[in-house]
Amino acid sequence: MQAVEKAIKEKARALLADGTVDRVLGWEKGEYCYDNTPAVFTAENLGNLVYNSFCGANLSKYLIAESKKEGRVLALLKPCDTYSFNQLVKEHRIDREKVYVLGIPCHGIADVEKLNVKGVKGIERIAEDGGTLTAQTLYGEKTCEINDVLLERCMACKGPEHMAADDVIEDTAPVELRKHDRFGMVEKLEQMTPDERFEFWRSELSKCIRCNACRNVCPACSCLKCVFDNDASGVAAKANVDTFEENMFHIIRAFHVAGRCTDCGECSRVCPQGIPLHLLNRKFIQDINKNYGEYQAGADDSSAWPLVDYTQEDVEPGAIEGGKN
Amino acid sequence: MPELNEQKSSSEFKPLIVAFCCNWCSYAGADLAGTSRLNYPANVKIIRVPCSCRVNPMFILRAFQRGADGVIINGCHPGDCHYSTGNYYARRRMALLFSMLEYLGIEKGRTRVEWVSAAEGQRFAQVMNEFAETIHNLGENKRLEDLRCKR
Amino acid sequence: MQKIAMDRISEFFSAIAAERALYLPLKKKGAVNFGKWEEGADVDLDALHTVKSPKGLFFPQSEDLVSFKMQGKEISIDAPDAPDEKFAVFGVRACDARGMDILDRVFLSDPVDTYYAARRENGIVVTLSCSAPEETCFCSVFGIDPARPGGDVSAWIAGGFLYVKALTEKGEALLSGLSLLEAADEAEIGPAVEQVKAVMEKLPLKDLDLTGIDGSATEKLFASEKWAELSRACLGCGTCTYVCPTCQCYDIRDFDTGKEIRRYRCWDSCMYSDFTRMAHGNPRKSQVERFRQRFMHKLVYFPANNDGMYSCVGCGRCVAKCPISMNIVKVAKALGAEAKE
Repeated sequence: MQAVEKAIKEKARALLADGTVDRVLGWEKGEYCYDNTPAVFTAENLGNLVYNSFCGANLSKYLIAESKKEGRVLALLKPCDTYSFNQLVKEHRIDREKVYVLGIPCHGIADVEKLNVKGVKGIERIAEDGGTLTAQTLYGEKTCEINDVLLERCMACKGPEHMAADDVIEDTAPVELRKHDRFGMVEKLEQMTPDERFEFWRSELSKCIRCNACRNVCPACSCLKCVFDNDASGVAAKANVDTFEENMFHIIRAFHVAGRCTDCGECSRVCPQGIPLHLLNRKFIQDINKNYGEYQAGADDSSAWPLVDYTQEDVEPGAIEGGKN
Repeated sequence: MPELNEQKSSSEFKPLIVAFCCNWCSYAGADLAGTSRLNYPANVKIIRVPCSCRVNPMFILRAFQRGADGVIINGCHPGDCHYSTGNYYARRRMALLFSMLEYLGIEKGRTRVEWVSAAEGQRFAQVMNEFAETIHNLGENKRLEDLRCKR
Repeated sequence: MQKIAMDRISEFFSAIAAERALYLPLKKKGAVNFGKWEEGADVDLDALHTVKSPKGLFFPQSEDLVSFKMQGKEISIDAPDAPDEKFAVFGVRACDARGMDILDRVFLSDPVDTYYAARRENGIVVTLSCSAPEETCFCSVFGIDPARPGGDVSAWIAGGFLYVKALTEKGEALLSGLSLLEAADEAEIGPAVEQVKAVMEKLPLKDLDLTGIDGSATEKLFASEKWAELSRACLGCGTCTYVCPTCQCYDIRDFDTGKEIRRYRCWDSCMYSDFTRMAHGNPRKSQVERFRQRFMHKLVYFPANNDGMYSCVGCGRCVAKCPISMNIVKVAKALGAEAKE
């Protein structure tokens, strides 16, 4: 990825110099090797820009605000980020003219939590060599394969193509696509009894601390004011006082993004309690695919998404199996 | 508290049912059921909405939160919507929502959509009787209740 | 100092739980949080720290304050009794124990928060020495020794034994009731303490410099131009505040159950858009001001009002959990650089 980082910087410098763009949206190097923060760069501080296997944050959502500002912004988008970008363009949330999308290659993003679970703790430095991560930790050197510690979303990678890009940094050493059954866990849950499913979700959702990280990071959650923040809605709340609220928040949130969710997996990535929120989104995606035809949100920037569309022959409510009875 | 428990078990479970009815077909159907003196359970509480697609998923969850044991949405038959297409959208939304509720382990029978026209007073009463029966068999809503709202 | 073999630790927990509720780090669906101990519980004493800090045991995320009911023209008001559950919390790390000192300064100074005070009174804090600090730790910056964790009772795990030592009367009372403990020599934990010290020396954040960031520089830091840049990526979520052991802001809200009004309080976050919103509007209009508030409070306002005590304990939770990896360390470094200019 170091070669890619270099290529990105060269490209960005050139585009800044010839006036094509005024600033660059990317990731800034943090304290460690893994805590990169989304940031906006100009020619002066472009040196702090970093691109490695820990640049998980999907930058598309920042473009809502960035594209409202003066001038044009260069956005570094990984292939899966371009789906969110397209969806936001489709919803007229991003001004496409004010963004120059530079598609950058991605070989999968590593999950620090998974590294910790694998016993890689006290990380000081991590060197990447092909698919191997070598970590210098407070407790000695540890190595692991990046494929073993990928974010859930990367296990179900949508592929290396950018769905929207003004220019692309070529991937000189492409990796093989991870083959992971994207709907495997959804189907497993469907096969459980209602009691088991209820138990599963109860114990997962009861961990929710209502920090709203899943909502605030979600590129599909782009409402100016969320219904859960609106006192007039009757459902505004800052805490899950009752188990009902844990359920309601997540059901409604998943429903509000149904058909628009690109399965970018940011919700699961940021959840401090590790709730597998993508399993809610994927359930909707699977139901949509099975009943209204295969649909990938963000694959284009103009088609009507399933919940603003219909056919006269649609299935009746109750006909879709939410799970075994 | 033995007395209280005894009292509870002896008093029969009367499910609380919330029925969202669209203004143009189903509400008129309910009216017809009434003027035709057809019987359906008194614990079906009707809420009139302009169109079945006005029913936000939040309404359904809020009904459960406030103590409903079952929620039914009634709209015009597909193709007959007063606004041409409202019930088509409602159909997709409710299909996905109900599937999600089931996925979370909520009993399948607690939610339902029925298309009832203004002329179908008979059918309205029949649907309500059936639905009340289903909910009665399912028992109290425990999985989507808000304990604060319990009396 | 007393000890008990680690393979008998569930007997130890069971003996405490016989007298009072026992809360300790439990693993549930992959996440470790404080929970009530019961036989067979999945206790996790290896995790560096819990996702949520133990502050919730004394200052719960939500609690009822009062309820109102109308019957005809009668209004009845009902306030719940002060919490009276006797409990012990085991496995509190040194940083979280300091976090409680900070909360005490807020809730136990006039006017005393009766609910918090009651829980502090009813609860016994058993701390646990750290064994494997991580790169996110910077407690030593605030003078905290993770191998001398404080609380009512301190505990150490070393050489297959759990060592305990009472530090307060409450702690004495707890331990005196436990007959399964055997006497031990303080020297036995020596190697474990040394080991932690050695790791602490290697921590990347151990030299975090806070010079110039304190109550005396309020105006300069407030007006800093760094805030806009630092807060640019902030999502405005409440993760940092909700996992923080010292964040103590709360909101009071009413919930209409249809039969009565329940007035409750719940944690609030200065990162949220409706924090400080009043009838006239919100003085903190953008995320820049909200973001600034959080760090100014921790590093500047709190020490200004509390004899220089920072309201950060260096637990590293926000460092590990921020979705976009913007945290107090990065802020302190940026402001520190400016303060020196």
